[in-house]
This record gives sequence, structure tokens and C-alpha cells, in this order.
Amino acid sequence: MKNIAQIVCEHPFFHGLDGEFCDLVCGCARNVRFNPGEYLFHEGGDADYLYLIRYGQVGLEIAVPGKPPVSFQTLHDGDLVGVSWVLPPYHWSYDARAITLTRAIAMDARCLRKKCDDDPALGYEVLKRLLPILTSRLQATQMQILDVYAAPEQSP
Amino acid sequence: MVPEPVRVLRRWQELDAVWTLELEPVKTGGRSFQPGQFNMLYVFGVGEVPISLSGDASETAALVHTVRGVGPVSNKLVALQPGDTVGLRGPFGVGWPMAAAEGSDVLIVAGGLGLAPLRPAIYHLMHHREKYGRVILLYGTRSPEDILYAGELAEWGERADLEVQITVDHAVSDWQGKIGVVPALLPTLDFDPEDTVAMVCGPEIMMRFTVNALRDAGVEDEAIFLSMERNMKCALGHCGHCQFGSTFVCKDGPVVSFDRVRGLLSLKEF
Amino acid sequence: MDDNEDASVITPDGLQCLLDVLTARGYEVIGPRLRDQAIVYDALSGIEELPVGWTDEQDGGHYRLKRRSDEALFGYAVGPHSWKRFLHPPRIPLWQAVRDDGQMRFVPVRDEPPRYAFLGVRACELAAMDIQDRVLLQGHYADPHYQSRRKRAFLVALNCSEAGGTCFCDSMNTGPDVREGYDLVLTELLDGEDHAFLVCSGSEEGEAVLAELPQEPATEAHLVAARAVVERTRSNMGRSMPQTAIPALLMDNLEHPRWAEVADRCLSCANCTMVCPTCFCTTMEDTSDLEGATAERSQRWDSCFTSDFSYIHGGSVRTSTRSRYRQWMTHKLATWVDQFGTSGCVGCGRCVTWCPVGIDITEEVRAIHDDVSSGGRE
Repeated sequence: MKNIAQIVCEHPFFHGLDGEFCDLVCGCARNVRFNPGEYLFHEGGDADYLYLIRYGQVGLEIAVPGKPPVSFQTLHDGDLVGVSWVLPPYHWSYDARAITLTRAIAMDARCLRKKCDDDPALGYEVLKRLLPILTSRLQATQMQILDVYAAPEQSP
Repeated sequence: MVPEPVRVLRRWQELDAVWTLELEPVKTGGRSFQPGQFNMLYVFGVGEVPISLSGDASETAALVHTVRGVGPVSNKLVALQPGDTVGLRGPFGVGWPMAAAEGSDVLIVAGGLGLAPLRPAIYHLMHHREKYGRVILLYGTRSPEDILYAGELAEWGERADLEVQITVDHAVSDWQGKIGVVPALLPTLDFDPEDTVAMVCGPEIMMRFTVNALRDAGVEDEAIFLSMERNMKCALGHCGHCQFGSTFVCKDGPVVSFDRVRGLLSLKEF
Repeated sequence: MDDNEDASVITPDGLQCLLDVLTARGYEVIGPRLRDQAIVYDALSGIEELPVGWTDEQDGGHYRLKRRSDEALFGYAVGPHSWKRFLHPPRIPLWQAVRDDGQMRFVPVRDEPPRYAFLGVRACELAAMDIQDRVLLQGHYADPHYQSRRKRAFLVALNCSEAGGTCFCDSMNTGPDVREGYDLVLTELLDGEDHAFLVCSGSEEGEAVLAELPQEPATEAHLVAARAVVERTRSNMGRSMPQTAIPALLMDNLEHPRWAEVADRCLSCANCTMVCPTCFCTTMEDTSDLEGATAERSQRWDSCFTSDFSYIHGGSVRTSTRSRYRQWMTHKLATWVDQFGTSGCVGCGRCVTWCPVGIDITEEVRAIHDDVSSGGRE
């Protein structure tokens, strides 16, 4: 059986991380599991954990009054769930729900933030891995906002 | 220049305002086409529009077109009944590089109704499966309710020799599939960018984002093919309407390699 | 012009004979005539119908007829018409759709154009015909309407004796001397009371027609005088196109601020495309009768300056005047070269003269060129 350090350092988010840094971040990690339908977190909640999916599928959702919640992104094996833990005031801005049985690494956000603050080199390394996720999320949002597949307006 | 009358054999609804028509030439019987080509369909007294062929090129008896009703002509087309006749000119244009892609992996990226002009290419790949390497189909659309050819996509997904991934922009909670934009699927694919021919069709913005992701992944501009859309009137390269830079989309396209339109695709109002 | 050995000289009466011979051979002769205070191309039966003793004053957005001090028959530059009006007409009915018992039939409209003889075709206009040949005949599909008119036309070309204020054929290397592609070529020679035309043939039929005319062999003096006419015209060009690699200049500067500046003046009226002898764009017009039994399709001239030219479902690609002017000029001078191996401009100056606000294509090229070569603006 793999120990938590192996699992963390083999996850794409931390893959290739310097051994010393790896030991540091592993101190904040533990294994978790979510059954289908179970929520990882809810909008407005404290962003105390971030999740690195090992296996499974997680949907990010926005609740809509009077309607079923609308999901705007699914995350899969190797993806990171949650970015709100990095910026104050550390509150989630959407719901995250397991769609299939999901095994993940939960990283204690306070713990990780403290280690990043204590060692800016580690902090920079973590941010470099986080930024591409943020920018690709932003690009996807642009395309979704444009609603490119919508039927064009009827011409006269 | 003069159309030929074709009769509607069958019609069925695909999506809201989207219908597939099976047309049969009244006099001459079937006619062959290349995947990616289009016909000009004429509605009596109203006008003519370009519609891509979306059927199987190895079955020439009927011509299959998937049409979304959005304008005066296409609204009439989707309302046609079996037995009605329309005028047809075609097939026109340069299609997908099926021969040039032989021996390579083929990555098909379709968005929304852009799957229709790519379906003949998918049929071709399946009929000549041994001539190609990996075949991957990525399909993105608006919501689970907007998935075109959903039944066929499900069948293709069952095949061992075809890798199919479907993603939607948004969905309500009973959707078990992927949610997100189609270019975002590319970084998760473990494919060989140097030996891949990419065929892309969808709304122009989706194609631009997809091309960016393909180039980021290392696919050469010459190996990325797009199906362009511009106004077409004559389909013969004479009326001038469909020009995109030096490209006449009707005769030099609709399928063009990205190196031909690089730099112009993102230019406003070009 | 180069082949002077067979040069002949005819009188103005001989020119009338030319018209008669062409008519007798079954041609409908078209030539310059005065109409609506302009020199236009129309059917011609006698040389007295030519704009005898008239010239034109041309500048950006300016065209005026003026009296000459002599009785020259061709003492003016080109007017608002070009021969494309006859070879690639503004409107051609293509076919009719007939509906009976719910079934549709298509009946092509018979196209029986006359055999045209064009009198007074300038070098720039021959160049324009060559360009339209490349567009409409030399692709994978030949336009049958253009082909039947063009192939049967008899061309009486003319070495220009008068450069207009907006002419720049010399800098486009298309004139003012006629080089090829004609049946006969004339040079008008006027010296006091002496009025004659140097004539050379450029085809077998041209030679046969020439043989039917009363003529004298040309003398060395005639040839010298004819060369002088062309050289004087060459030195009087009203405009000139900058001598630079224009396609690259324009395609490398598609976002240049000059496009917005010219768009401030451009009315998007499409005049330039209508008078241009090479602009070939058309649209399809579908009509039906009130009973819904027959419908008709016609082809008619269109312009990249109109709003629905670039319409795709959902809207027009080019909504701004800036983008339309850029499309027109980059096509004419840049992408045309990729498409057809030649510039789309022959330097006739019509687009400059007939632009209501006097936009000058040579000035627009020069503005971008000068700006880029001076290192651009801040």
C-alpha cells in the first residue's frame, strides 16, 4: 500500500515537486472519500481544505432558486478541486458535489497556507501550479459566457 | 448553375429547430461526395443556402443534410414534408483531408452543429479503420439536451477502436457526463501531437479556442483543419461573397488548413 | 504597336468604313458616346456619334466635360462605364423554376448575346479584360455568360492620346500603350488639318477587317508621331501608384489607423466597385410570381460595400465601413495577387473620379507606405 507521501507527490498537481517541499506539503494531507451525491463543500463555506482528486468525478454547481442546481464544470482524476483557499477571506464561491465515488487527497488549507508563508519558495512553486488552472478556468468561462452554441437570432 | 430537383424521402427531428433531411435526386439517382463538402439547397422562390453533407459518403442513394432553421430559407427547409421537392446544386468545395491523414492519428473536435459536417469523416474513418492510427472524437455542446446525433455518439463510444469524449457547457444534476468547454479536454488527452491530424468544426469562436489548445499541445498549423463558414451565393468562386483573405471559402474550402488562415481568424470583421 | 511593319493609315472616313465592315460582319458596334453629361459606352452606328471635339476633366470626385480646341474623336480618358457592362452585365436572368403538381422543374433562361465589337478599348481596359478572364474563365469553372460574350467580341483598341487627371496606368504597368489582346489597334494622329489613324492588326480577323478598309501604308513619320502621342500621355498621368511591394504592405498593416481615417470619409456607397472594370462580385436574386407557379433567379452586380454582402446566419461579418473599405482595397491590391496572379487594379482611375468624396486609392496606399517607412506614428 502506498503511503500518503507517495500519493501526494504522484498526483499531477504536485508531480515533480522537490522532495523537501513534498515532505512539507504531505504534513497537511490526508486521504478522503466521497460517495456519489455527497458534497465536498458548499458555496459560502470556509475554504479549509483543497482536494486533489485521485479517482472519480466532481461537479461544480451553482444553486438556482426553484430549479435544479446548474453545473458548469466537472473535474476528474488528477484535477484540483477548489481555488478559494488561496485568497482571503477563504470562502467557497460554488458547491462541489461528487458525481461518482471519488477518492481524493484533502489538504488542510490553513496548514498549507502557513507552510507557503513560511517558505516563499514553496509558496511560489504552489502558485505556479495553481495559476494555469485559474487561467484555463477563466478561458473556459469566457467561452461559456459567449454561449457559442446557442441558436443564432432568427433573421427576418 | 441550374439546380436539379430533389425529393424529400424522409425527415426527422434532431434537436429544437434542427432537422435531418434525406433527399433523393428526382432524375439522376444518387451522387457521390467527399466528407466535408456541401450542397446548395434552393427553396422555391425564397432562395438558396449552403448546407453541409452529413451522411455516409459510401451510401450514395440519398443525400443527408442536417439543417437548423434560422433564416427564411432554412426555416422552409426544416418544414419540408416527405415528397416535397427542392433544388440542389453540388457537391461543392474541398472536404476533410481523409487521404492525407492516412497513417496518422486523427483527432476530431466538433462543437454544436459542427458535428454534422464531420459525421461523413467519422463514417469514412470507421469504414477504413485499418488505414488510420488512433481516432479520437471530442464533442462539445451547450447542454445535454443539445447533443446532436446522441444515439450514434453513444454507439461510437462503445467501440473499442474509437475514443469518444463528450462535454457540455452546463447541465443540471442528473447529467453524469463531463461539463466544461471542449478545448479543455485536449490537455488531458495523452496523444502524439507530431503524428496527429486534427479536424475541427464548430462556431468560429470555439474553433479559435480549439486551435489555440491544439497549437499549445504541439500540433503543427499544417495539420489542423477547420471548416469555415462565410456567405456563399454561387459556390463556384465567382460571386466573391465568401472571400476570407485570399481564400474563396466555397472552392478553396470550406475545409482549410490553419496555416492558410493564421493571423486572420482572430482579426475583427475580416 | 511593336509590330510596325504592317501598320496602315486610315482617315476618319476610313473609321466609318470600319464601323460599316464590322456591322456587315454581324457585330453590334459599341463605342464612346455623350450621354447625361458624361462619355459612356453605347451602340454606335456612325462616327459622328462619337464625342467629337470633347474632352473630360477628372479629379477625385470630379468629372466635367469640356470642349477641345480640335476635332479629336478620342480626346478624352475613360468615363464611368467600362466594357464589363457588356461582358459581365449588371443583371443576367439565369433560370426559372416552375412548379406543377407540387413538383419543381428548372428551365435555364436562353442566353443569346450579340457579337460585340468594341471601339476604343484602352490599354487599361484590355488589362481589365485579361483580369476578368482569369477570374471568370480560368478557374475550375468557366462562367458561360461571360465566355460567350468575351470569346466572340471584336476589340478595336486605342493607344491613349489623353491622360485623365486620375489616370495611373503607367505606374500599374498596364498602359498607356496597347500591347496585346486586340484585333485592331488605333492611334489617333492630329496635326492641324491632318486627321488620321495609325492602324495595326493583332489577330487574323483583325487583319481581314483591315484589308477591307481604304488605307495607305504608314510612313516613318506616322510611326514617330504615334510613339510621341503615347509618350506624351505617359508623361501626363494625373496620379501614380507608389512603387513598392503593395500586397505585403497592406497585409502586414491590417490594423493600421489609416483604415479608420479613410472610413470616416467613405460613404460605403459602392460607386468604386460599380465603375471598376475588374470588380466582379455578384449576388443571386430570387423572385416569384404572385401565383407562386414560377420563380426566377437572376445574377446581378453586388458590392463588398453593402451590408448584407458578408451576411452569415446571425449577422454580417463586416458591419463597419472600415472593414468594408479594407476588404475592398486589400482584395484589389493584395489578395487578388494570391488568387489570380495579378493585381486587381489597372490604374484606370475610375474609382477615384467617381468616389463622391474623392477617396484616392493611390493616396491611401501612399499614406500607409509613408507612415510605415517613417517608422509609424506614436
